[in-house]
Amino acid sequence: MASAPFKAQLTDLLNSMFAMDFLDEQFKELQMLEEASGPGFLTEVVTLFCGDAERIISQLDALLNEPAVDFGKVDANVHQLKGSSSSVGAKRVALVCIKFRNVCQENDKEGCIAALHEIRHEFDELRKKFQTMLQLEQQIQDLDSK
Amino acid sequence: MAIETQPQFHVLAVDDSVLDRKLIERLLKTSSYQVTTLDSGTKALEFLGIQDENSENAVSVSPHHQVNLYISFFRKKTQIVLLFCNLMVLIGFTILCCFQEVEVNLIITDYCMPGITGYDLLKKVKESSSLRDIPVVIMSSENIPSRISRCMEEGADEFFLKPVQLSDVSRLKPHILKKSVKCQDENQNQNKSVTTISSPTNNVSGNKRKATDEGICSERIRPRYSAGPVTIV
Repeated sequence: MASAPFKAQLTDLLNSMFAMDFLDEQFKELQMLEEASGPGFLTEVVTLFCGDAERIISQLDALLNEPAVDFGKVDANVHQLKGSSSSVGAKRVALVCIKFRNVCQENDKEGCIAALHEIRHEFDELRKKFQTMLQLEQQIQDLDSK
Repeated sequence: MAIETQPQFHVLAVDDSVLDRKLIERLLKTSSYQVTTLDSGTKALEFLGIQDENSENAVSVSPHHQVNLYISFFRKKTQIVLLFCNLMVLIGFTILCCFQEVEVNLIITDYCMPGITGYDLLKKVKESSSLRDIPVVIMSSENIPSRISRCMEEGADEFFLKPVQLSDVSRLKPHILKKSVKCQDENQNQNKSVTTISSPTNNVSGNKRKATDEGICSERIRPRYSAGPVTIV
């Protein structure tokens, strides 16, 4: 089958993402749901997460650049990002969010800025892998439907 | 032609996160529920027809979202127009009820939402004489024992920690079935009591009213024929 090498690549990619804690068991739940309901669900969820995360990270950047930081709003945004990342199985992003909330609750601006930097790094890494994953899935779908 | 032998239960899912709404919708549909998703407690109250004292819209009876928007617009203009619209809505709703049921077998809601929280929604549902029997499940990403016990004390049937999984959703059916059986039992008891009442007139009319109420309850276990899953965001 023409899609076989792409399937192998996708399997390798996902295995490494699980091994390196980019993804956790929750992502496997989403894969199960996709199997039960048909293709498209994972793509939709991953796309929604990436859009959500980018929006929140931009918002956090703006909030932390204020002369007087509103730590309540920062916390609310981080809480939202932690929720989204947990829902999609983005383990490393979720863990950094927990660290972020801790420094936020201490009203530690420097700590928050450092945590935001770390979140941005983790999310960028994850997003690249998600993009590769979606491209491979699309290639597999296109080849299998021929 | 397939014949549906099992009634399809309707779950109202409320969550301000679009991602979590997508997830809970997929979980519920995979488990064969009909699903309506809403993004706020305010919209949930409107959908259920519960008056929200904090809302600008003071209309207490109208589950139809578009009719609420219509009424909300006129309210700002004149009181007389609002009263007229309310009357039209009541008439329209009555006619609508003859042809289509919009009933909810279970409500599942996020705890933390801006404005009306999941806890507020739970309270309103349990305070409502017509809706208090609907099982309510709370979801939260935070494992806070005091929050959990507060919700259970207020009448929540389950408390799910997010992310919600298929194994959690499998716990919903007993709550729905328990309420259905309760309605069936009450309906059967009422049917028995109605046949034994003869006079005086007051008692007969009282029982007829009660029979009507139980009729609404018994309809919950009738096979559904509504239009299909609705997503309102």
